Amino acid sequence: MTAAPVLEVSGLTVNYGGVAALRGITLEVRSGEIVGLIGPNGAGKSTMLHAIMGLVPAQAGEIRLGGSPLLGLAPERVARSGVALVPEGRRIFAGLTVEENLRLGLAGRRSREGAEEDVEAVYELFPIVSEFRRRPAGALSGGQQQQLAIGRALVARPDLLLLDEPSLGLAPKVVDIVFEALAEIRRRGLTVLLVEQRAQRTVAFADRTYLISNGELRLSLTPADAGDSARMVAAYFAA
Amino acid sequence: MIVASVDAQALVDALGLGAVYALMAVGIGLVFGVLRLVNFAYGQLIMAGAFTLAYASRANWSTWKSIVACFAVVIGLSLVMELAVFRPLRTQSPAVMLVATFAVSFLLQSVALLTVLKVQGQLGMPVSTVARLSQAVTVWGVDVRKVTIVSLVVAALSLGLLALLLGRTTVGLQMRAAAADFTTARLLGISANRVIGFAVLLAGVIAAVVAVLLTARTPYVQSDFALHDMIYVLVGVVVGGIDRLWTATLGGFTIGFASGVIYAALPSDQTAYLPSVLFALVIVVLLARPAGLFAPRGASTMERV
Repeated sequence: MTAAPVLEVSGLTVNYGGVAALRGITLEVRSGEIVGLIGPNGAGKSTMLHAIMGLVPAQAGEIRLGGSPLLGLAPERVARSGVALVPEGRRIFAGLTVEENLRLGLAGRRSREGAEEDVEAVYELFPIVSEFRRRPAGALSGGQQQQLAIGRALVARPDLLLLDEPSLGLAPKVVDIVFEALAEIRRRGLTVLLVEQRAQRTVAFADRTYLISNGELRLSLTPADAGDSARMVAAYFAA
Repeated sequence: MIVASVDAQALVDALGLGAVYALMAVGIGLVFGVLRLVNFAYGQLIMAGAFTLAYASRANWSTWKSIVACFAVVIGLSLVMELAVFRPLRTQSPAVMLVATFAVSFLLQSVALLTVLKVQGQLGMPVSTVARLSQAVTVWGVDVRKVTIVSLVVAALSLGLLALLLGRTTVGLQMRAAAADFTTARLLGISANRVIGFAVLLAGVIAAVVAVLLTARTPYVQSDFALHDMIYVLVGVVVGGIDRLWTATLGGFTIGFASGVIYAALPSDQTAYLPSVLFALVIVVLLARPAGLFAPRGASTMERV
C-alpha cells in the first residue's frame, strides 16, 4: 500500500545564468517516507531544495505540496504552507540565544496551538539545546548547532522536512548523533527529503534514495542497494 | 583661533542635541538593519512633520492636536514611502535604492519649498505651538531650555521602549533575525513585508518625535529643515558603526554632543568652522577605527539590530 504523496516534483528545470542546474527532474515523497537525494558536488541537490523553497525560480515543471502548487511562492509563504528547511551550513543566528533561535522556527507554523509543547519536545529530543538555551547560539559546537537547526525546523511542525547536507563538516561521532536524530524523526512519522554527500549511509538509512548527477535523475535506490557501490559509482561518474 | 570656555549650560545643551541625534540614528539604523538601505529621505520625513506643526500653528491648533497631526503625517508618509518606493525596488541593487531615496528627498524638499512659497509668499514658516519648549528653566543654578530636558527624557524613554520591543516581543525577535540574515529568516516563515513594514513604522514614529523636538529647538521651518542634522547623523552613524543598532545610536549621540561642545568652544565669530573641525575629527576617527568607533574589536557584521 502506498501513502499519499506529500511532495510531487515533475519536469523541474532550473537554469543558473544560462547553465542548466536541474534538467526535467521528476520525483515524489510520500507521507511518512524518508527519501534521500545523493549525488556528486554540483549535481543540483541543493538547487532542488532551493527551488522547492522558492529561493530560485524554475524555468519549467511543477512542484506540489499536498496537491497545491508551490512554484512562484515567496520563501516565507512556502515555509508557512508546511515546508521546513534545515539549510546547508545550519545558518543559525549566532548573535541570538539558543532559545531565541528555536522560537524563530515558530514563524513557520500554521497554528500557535501546541507551540509550547513542540518547543519542549525539541528540548527533550536534544538535551544539549535545552542546557544551553540562554547562551548565544554562536557559542555552540558545529554538532550542537546542527541539532539546534533541526529543532528549529521541527517546531514549525512541517508536513515536509528538507535537510540540506546535515552531516557536512561534522566529526564522525557527531554525524552519528545527527543520524540518531533523524531516526527519531522517522519514528515520529515525519516526511523527509534528505540531501546528503554520504551516499552509502543515506541509501541504507532512507526508505528510497534518488541519485542525481549533472542535473538529471540517474538512479532510484532502496536500502538493499546500499552494498552495491559499483552501481552508485558508475552513476556518479556517468557523463 | 581662541577657544571659548565651555560652561555647564553648553554641555547640557550639547547633551540635548546628542539625544535628538541619537533618536535620528535609531530611525536610520532600524531601516538599514532590515533593508540594507540608508534612507536619505529620512530627514524630509522630519521636515514634513515640522511643516505639519507649522501649519497647525498657523491654524491655531492646540499643542496636543498639532503633535497628533505631526505623528499622523510623518507615519503616513513613511508607510507611503515603503509601499511606493522601497517595496517595488527591494530586489534591485543597493545603489538603485539609495539613489531612489535621494530622489524622494529632493522631491519632498521641492514640494515643501513650492508649497510654502505659494501659501506664505516666504521661504519659511514660524512655529509657535511648541515654542514654549524653548523657554529656559533654572536647574541647580544652570539655565536649561525645557526642550533639552524633554529631549533627554523622550530619547531615554523611546530607546528603553525600543529595547523592550526588540528584546521581548516576537516581532522584535524576528526583526533582529532578519537584520542578521534576511534569507534564513524568510526560510523560517518570517514575512519580509511584515518586518520591513514594522521597521519603517517604528522609524516613522521616531521621525515624528524628532520633528517635534527639532521644531522646539528651531521654531522656524524651511524646506531644508533637518537636512544638515540628517547629514551630521549619517556621519555619526557611520562613525559609530552602522552594522549594529546600538553603535549607530551611540555614534548619533556622539556627533550631536561633539557638535554642541565644539560650537560652544569656538569663539562666536568663528562658529562657521564647526563643520570643518567636526569632519576633520570624523576623518581621524575613521582612519583609526574603520569599522566604527564603538564596534567591538575584530567585529564582523553579525547582528545589526
